[in-house]
Amino acid sequence: MPGLLQRDRGGRWFLGILAAVAIFVPILNLAVPAGSALHLSDYGIGLIGKYLCYGLLALSIDLIWGYCGILSLGHGAFFALGGYAMGMYLMREIGPRGVYGDPILPDFMVFLNWKSLPWFWHGFNHLAFAALMVMVVPGLLGLVFGWFAFRSRVTGVYFSIITQALTYALMLAFFRNDMGFGGNNGFTDFKDILGFDLHSDRTHVSLLVITAVILAAAYLVCRWIVESRAGRVIRAIRDAESRTRFLGYSVESYKLWLFVFSCVLAGIAGSLYVPQIGIINPSEFDPIGSIEAVIWVAVGGRGTLYGAVAGAVLVNYAKTYFTGALPEIWLYALGLLFVLVTRFLPDGIIGAWELHRKRRALPDSPEPAHVEGEEGVIVKK
Amino acid sequence: MSTRGKRLYLEDLTVSFDGFKALNKLNLYVDPGELLCIIGPNGAGKTTMMDVITGKTRADTGSAFFGDAIDLLKLTEPEIVAVGIGRKFQKPTVFEELTVFENLELASAGNRSFFNTLRARITPQQRKRIDEVLDITGLGDHQASLAKILSHGQKQWLEIGMLLMQNPELLLVDEPVAGMTPHEIERTSELLLSLEGEHSIVVVEHDMSFVRSIARRVVVLHEGSVLAEGDMEKVQNDARVKEVYLGV
Repeated sequence: MPGLLQRDRGGRWFLGILAAVAIFVPILNLAVPAGSALHLSDYGIGLIGKYLCYGLLALSIDLIWGYCGILSLGHGAFFALGGYAMGMYLMREIGPRGVYGDPILPDFMVFLNWKSLPWFWHGFNHLAFAALMVMVVPGLLGLVFGWFAFRSRVTGVYFSIITQALTYALMLAFFRNDMGFGGNNGFTDFKDILGFDLHSDRTHVSLLVITAVILAAAYLVCRWIVESRAGRVIRAIRDAESRTRFLGYSVESYKLWLFVFSCVLAGIAGSLYVPQIGIINPSEFDPIGSIEAVIWVAVGGRGTLYGAVAGAVLVNYAKTYFTGALPEIWLYALGLLFVLVTRFLPDGIIGAWELHRKRRALPDSPEPAHVEGEEGVIVKK
Repeated sequence: MSTRGKRLYLEDLTVSFDGFKALNKLNLYVDPGELLCIIGPNGAGKTTMMDVITGKTRADTGSAFFGDAIDLLKLTEPEIVAVGIGRKFQKPTVFEELTVFENLELASAGNRSFFNTLRARITPQQRKRIDEVLDITGLGDHQASLAKILSHGQKQWLEIGMLLMQNPELLLVDEPVAGMTPHEIERTSELLLSLEGEHSIVVVEHDMSFVRSIARRVVVLHEGSVLAEGDMEKVQNDARVKEVYLGV
């Protein structure tokens, strides 16, 4: 896909920053001595890694919301499913090092007096199988859910509401012990991934770099989709759905495949999140979490892809700061942020920046931006 | 069938809504390459007739054939588009956030599945057809502009252009000049006249001076059937037409 970034100035910046993070973060953490002012703490590594995972989730939301107008308020569900699939591998990897020392059964199963592994836990002792499930499970759920929703022409706010119901239902289900996913407590106390100690700096840094690389790759694939003819059909669906149908495009299948791909991306984001955070439990399905993720995209600027990632990082940085400094005002601050952004920056931070750049460029541009044409005002490109 | 070799045959078409006969044994033929204008007061059945041809409304009785062999009453809306009937609605709907060129690209023929369009590139034939249509519609200078900044008239031409991309044999055009400036109206008549011969065109319009400027043959509808037909002069001098429509 050469030339993909040629017209994508923001994307070049985004990938450049991502590359800088992937190169300098390991150096600042591992090579710079702990006493130095330039040293990046392990805490900082954890935060950046988490932000990148959220960035990938935001990217998956922007792809469907910003480009196709599908507002999912339940994308956290696909994120959490990917996280659970990875968590199952990490649980099996603990092996006999658990509190009860059972070589096969994770601790919570021993605690519940289970004698053997449930069928759906088989295979998760291999990372490759888990990695496949990280994509297959959210993708399959997205396929079935989307097939029913889009085929019945459920759109707009009705679609958003049933996605909230979906994630809420999954949260209730995962809270139950007999589901076989650790109930209330979920999975935690992981030891290693492919033999690499999950408590070591090097593993943390490596996971961060892998996350950055996957985020960059996901960005390129999303950019490729939206720049293809399919991407133009998707934008056409967003702006005039029935007109697109009238041109002979199967609107439902476009929405469905885009949605499935977005669910897979969200699942991958969750799978990268769990080993870095060290825990996954049903609270990840909380409907509020999915709404927060949509706010990241709105704040960053939808329909740009990189704006969504920027929004995820900025809002979460603010969250980290406020929940540390002034914990009681965080939710108010988040609410206020959303109101202010929708009121004053309808296209988000990136949209406001682009507008600022265009305005600044106008006075010195040799060619007038507006040319009074015979038939009206025509903007010269 | 009384005649052969026509592009469109509507025979004894009747459509009623709750007892009201929107079409009442309507008989109408369109020749290949003909530019036909249809006029008539509100409620005369003009829009209903278009709806029946495009499959949006079902006829109670009668027949509608496209060419000598295609029974339109048995086809679904997308199938009717596929056999070569394009319809331009009154209100222009173009894809505002796409450029003029991209609007035409999406309207061009080709495999429309998601996985195909992911990798599709413009073929030389498509490119050629887009250039032709840009030429016909006079939008060549604006091909890189977003459709949302076009004037009302230009949007109408773009929409006609999108129909032309699929090379329809029959074009149905509903009130093309409503809301246009005199200059735009003039350009629109030139555009429609340039299509004459290549495509059969049926224009429904209220603007009499516009109809006068393009019409070869005019059909006057009244209460769901044909009241009069002929050239503009003959129709205008018809006593019944004067009574029901021209109000003289």
